[in-house]
Amino acid sequence: MSIKLEHVNYIYSPGTAYEKQALTDICLEFPDGQFAGIIGHTGSGKSTLIQHLNGLVRATSGTVYYNGEDIYREDYPMKDLRSRVGLVFQYPEYQLFEVDVFSDVCFGPKNLGLPKEEVEKRAYHALQQVGLKEKYFKKSPFELSGGQKRRAAIAGILAMQPEVLILDEPTAGLDPKGRDDILDQIQLLHREQGITVVLVSHSMEDIARYVERIVVMDKGRVRFNDRPEKVFEHYRELEQIGLAAPQVTYVMQALRERGMDVDIHAATVEGAAASIRSYFGNFEKRREG
Amino acid sequence: MIRDITIGQYYPADSVIHRLDPRTKLVGTLAFILSLFLFRSYAAYLVATVFLAGVIRASKVPFKFMVRGMKAIVFLLLITVVFNMFLTPGEPLVRIWKLTVTREGLELAIFMAIRLTYLIIGSSVMTLTTTPNQLTDGMEKGLRPLNKLHVPVHEMAMIMSIALRFIPILLEETDKIMKAQMARGADFESGGVIKKAKSMVPLLVPLFISAFRRANDLAMAMEARGYHGGEGRTKMKPLHYQKRDRAAYLTLVVYLLAMYGAKRIAGF
Ligand SMILES: Nc1ncnc2c1ncn2[C@@H]1O[C@H](COP(=O)(O)OP(=O)(O)O)[C@@H](O)[C@H]1O
Ligand SMILES: [Mg+2]
Repeated sequence: MSIKLEHVNYIYSPGTAYEKQALTDICLEFPDGQFAGIIGHTGSGKSTLIQHLNGLVRATSGTVYYNGEDIYREDYPMKDLRSRVGLVFQYPEYQLFEVDVFSDVCFGPKNLGLPKEEVEKRAYHALQQVGLKEKYFKKSPFELSGGQKRRAAIAGILAMQPEVLILDEPTAGLDPKGRDDILDQIQLLHREQGITVVLVSHSMEDIARYVERIVVMDKGRVRFNDRPEKVFEHYRELEQIGLAAPQVTYVMQALRERGMDVDIHAATVEGAAASIRSYFGNFEKRREG
Repeated sequence: MIRDITIGQYYPADSVIHRLDPRTKLVGTLAFILSLFLFRSYAAYLVATVFLAGVIRASKVPFKFMVRGMKAIVFLLLITVVFNMFLTPGEPLVRIWKLTVTREGLELAIFMAIRLTYLIIGSSVMTLTTTPNQLTDGMEKGLRPLNKLHVPVHEMAMIMSIALRFIPILLEETDKIMKAQMARGADFESGGVIKKAKSMVPLLVPLFISAFRRANDLAMAMEARGYHGGEGRTKMKPLHYQKRDRAAYLTLVVYLLAMYGAKRIAGF
């Protein structure tokens, strides 16, 4: 059970003056239940890549498999795929259109042809999942704040109860609190319901804190595809492609170079602090002993 | 999608035609189109063909981009040809059922087809080699004398250049919103007229909101940078005729004379 891409190429506007190869020979797999991150500089092809995962964009060449089935097969149920692989676009609040938040969230499940009660149950549940209070349900989406709109839009996808949740830069343009709230909520979803999550971001700090695996994109190609600590070891190469390892990585590397035996794989501030503390703890012990 | 329409699609290249003053190209295109209607003869159209081919060659735009604009009018062209062929009275040539193809009709149909085709290709050459901004700049400067008659030339040019600038942005936006709603299970294709119209709501509402938001932002940004209409406004790239423009006008005159001569002398 997974999403698998084999030798996927994608070209925008082929045969015109604006022809642009956005993806080159992508081979990737997103196994069930994983929290994966995709990171890359602006224009590296992240958004194009994720639109392949639910069949919105058809690869110029190559194949995409969902649960082992070729989604480009003639009779493949594409609509079904779109409900199972939920894709939250960048700035999803711009797609809100209904008179109130609740009806907008109902749009997705309604399109699945579910009975009215089920639709409303799901919408209600989804809005709770993203932590939007009930007093906002009947408000016009345009009366909400930026962060609240974003949550409402994410709820619109969650209400379809997808097996895989893909989010394209869900924190773009939010303040630090709004950013942490949304990412924490996504992590909770992942932990409690075990759904597969693919998080697109261009912030290493965001990604490092949550994901189990990082795919690094550069100019339409996959540069790295590994566990975060393994990817961060290549921090010099990451800098060359306009990215950077989390700041703590630099601190830990510098400490290691000065002869302190700390964990250079610590990816979060908390992890790094613990590692440094334990180093000094051992240091004290050795001196005393 | 809608992007197949060539008119309004600039093809970046480095050619003499690209570098010409937009006014030269506007006048040239207008003169070319007029010449097609003024000099109706096979010989003249031969001259027009040579001229058009020469300009296309000099523009360094691949020919397939020129004909791409034709797709939009194939249907119109077909109707024109068929109507002219069957409905023009004159000397009968062939008879199909109750319809008669006349000699005059056939000739008219051929002329109409050539005219329409060259008209589209001719204006495509202009739009493919001139950015929308240059085009409106050219129009603004070319029509400036009308200012004396209180025609708001600058405002019209500004409106046009903004509209042109927004077309690709709104197309991209449409594409994005459509995809986003499709990800929520929206279906824009199937169903009858009413169902289809209804399915447009999730697309149109966000599109309108975004268009208004953009317009608002733009107005704000223009005001913040001190925009106050055309009065006393200077250009970053003022238009000046160059040597090549004089050469182009000369070529145009030669072309028009050749057209006139071809019709007069060859007489077919
Ligand atoms: N609709 C489009 N038409 C043409 N080119 C596009 C389109 N969308 C994206 N591109 C190009 O494809 C490349 C990858 O874009 P994208 O996938 O949006 O990157 P990212 O999400 O990593 O910023 C970029 O060079 C971009 O300019
Ligand atoms: Mg993107």
